[in-house]
Amino acid sequence: MNIALYTLAEASLAAQIGIPTFIIGILGLVFGVLLAIASKVFAVETDPRVDEINEILPGANCGGCGNPGCAGYADAIVNKGEAINKCAPGGAAVVAEIAKIMGQEASEVQPMVAHIHCSSGGHKNTNWRYQYQGVFSCKSAVNLAGGPNACEWGCLGFNDCQRACLFDAIQVDADGMRQIDMEKCTGCGACAAACPRNLISIHPIDQKVFINCSSKAKGPEARAACGSEHACIGCGLCAKKCPEGAITVTDNLAHIDAEKCTGCGVCAEACPTKAIVVLGSRF
Amino acid sequence: MRLKTFVGGVHPPDNKHRTAALPIEDMAVPTQVVIHMSQHIGAPSKPVVAVGDEVKVGQLIAEATGFVSNPQHASISGKVTKIDRFLHPTGSMSQAIQITSDGKDEWLEFADDADYMNLSAEQMKERVKAAGICGMGGAGFPSFVKLSPPADKPIDTVILNGVECEPYLTSDHRLMLEKGEDIIQGLKLIMKMVGAQRGMIGIEANKPDAIDVMTKLCAKESALSVVPLQLRYPQGAEKQLIYAATKRKVPNAGGLPAAVGVIVQNVGTAYAIYEAIRYQKPLIERIITVTGSVVKQPKNLRVRIGTPFQELVDACDGLNQEPGKYICGGPMMGFAIPSLEASVGKGSSGLVILDKKEAADIEERDCLRCARCIDVCPMNIMPSLIVSYMKVGDLDNAVKMGLNDCIKCGSCAYVCPAHIRLVQWIDTGKLAWAEAQRKNKDA
Repeated sequence: MNIALYTLAEASLAAQIGIPTFIIGILGLVFGVLLAIASKVFAVETDPRVDEINEILPGANCGGCGNPGCAGYADAIVNKGEAINKCAPGGAAVVAEIAKIMGQEASEVQPMVAHIHCSSGGHKNTNWRYQYQGVFSCKSAVNLAGGPNACEWGCLGFNDCQRACLFDAIQVDADGMRQIDMEKCTGCGACAAACPRNLISIHPIDQKVFINCSSKAKGPEARAACGSEHACIGCGLCAKKCPEGAITVTDNLAHIDAEKCTGCGVCAEACPTKAIVVLGSRF
Repeated sequence: MRLKTFVGGVHPPDNKHRTAALPIEDMAVPTQVVIHMSQHIGAPSKPVVAVGDEVKVGQLIAEATGFVSNPQHASISGKVTKIDRFLHPTGSMSQAIQITSDGKDEWLEFADDADYMNLSAEQMKERVKAAGICGMGGAGFPSFVKLSPPADKPIDTVILNGVECEPYLTSDHRLMLEKGEDIIQGLKLIMKMVGAQRGMIGIEANKPDAIDVMTKLCAKESALSVVPLQLRYPQGAEKQLIYAATKRKVPNAGGLPAAVGVIVQNVGTAYAIYEAIRYQKPLIERIITVTGSVVKQPKNLRVRIGTPFQELVDACDGLNQEPGKYICGGPMMGFAIPSLEASVGKGSSGLVILDKKEAADIEERDCLRCARCIDVCPMNIMPSLIVSYMKVGDLDNAVKMGLNDCIKCGSCAYVCPAHIRLVQWIDTGKLAWAEAQRKNKDA
């Protein structure tokens, strides 16, 4: 009797472990086969080139190309026929690689960099209209009575551009000026989009001459509002002196046509307020 | 008996003692006014006068440019001297018409229409529209738009907002004491225009004299009642007032009071509506409280729209010490303005001037996760979480968590022990979101 009971218990133990294991095993097998079939039948055709290009792109997801991140751009190149030379951080090397994959001719990529068009530059030499107490952000400050600085076009100096930069290319120097590191800047344009005053332009790296002011106020007002000596007063001397006719003055502010500018620097010498800079020979 | 109120909110010191007992004074006609083209929510008005034109008090100087827009009228007689950008009471620069007084204060003729109660609702709305009336509590929504709710949303209750929960301000309080009868007429006109059967006047318990006066005036009318409310900020916010008075909940995410059959108007607006319908008088003056610890002689003043703030301060004998901050409106929801160059707008209910100590900047610290802001939020959103999203630039998630439901009452920032500028962050987010929506639309 005792032996029989023992055998029964033994058998039930085997059943307790064995039966579920068997069922789960069978289920696993069935689903495995189903999945294998499904993956063949419902397979989505992906272009392997998308993944390849995504591998090559720098992976900074800066959005400078206008797509949602690097994967988005890779997809846009392959499936939407987007131009292959839009990756600013990647530069010529990346374009060449993509060109190889896409079987296209590698077009010339002009390296781009950012430039801030204000010489008052936020904190140190700005004339304040009122004392701002609040969130340390240009976007917030500009909402309060149009911004705390006297010049309604000038740099607010709360470093939104610096925080937006993914490449650590914007630094605040000892004078409180935001400086762009040409080595690090990729010209992605994230800072330009972050600036509520639209002071930052993206330009080809070989462009050297800039109007370092964005004030559209009339001469004396622009001068009074600006904390530095370098406001553009719209006098038009630069436009007269420019041998190429590259400079025009509209709304009391000079503009340089980058296509025509040869970088001779005559305008910068003529400018009475030194609002024009030639990079490499600041002021 | 426990008085009615809403869920959440704070109770800041109300500081109304300076002006609560002072009768409204008529301020002398200013020598110059600056009338802004956007004193209301919606499209700015378009000037119809040119520099050099002679205008009389009440004359149309700018017309409405869309459905949600308002006309503007001259508030003094004289010459249009400038049409340019001037400092707006919210602190920014915007287009305005400057009129220099000729000293005569000549008014256009206004006929007293004694039979005003029997006009049709349409005629009444026309008069309100022509008078350029917008919400006078601060937000400045054009009144006739509010008075024309969608046909599928019948309105059964009109609530007059005499809560005045903002600290310092007493202009609505004084108006109820002095013009109670006219306000009741205004309420009846509003009820007629929207076809409501019930009229309520919500007043907070710190104004027992106003509750008394209004209760006596309502005694004769069975449809009207006064609702005394427990002291709590922001009871004067539309949705909170509706909940406190009727227990109806306006849905979040863009719900309007009309969805629950209610419209709310400020008592000042009701008074202006009465004047507009009876006398066809445009909105050219309002009551404003000029107060604060540095004002020598705080006052409730009846001033012309467009009067420079500097003249208000002069009318109050100036300041007794260096000011720390000028605020247009109350200290909770008002706008800090950089100088007294700005001028009175249709929605300016107060000018509060704080001293240096009161206006001192307090350093922002990291969030302690105490959740006090969540406890006090009258809109049931989580300010701390939204601001965390804002700080890392995640606008989408901030919006998902109810960024746009925020009424910017400032209760959260008021209680925050870390002094985080919650409302400013949220406001920045709201504006960024609005801009992104606009860009999407254009693209």
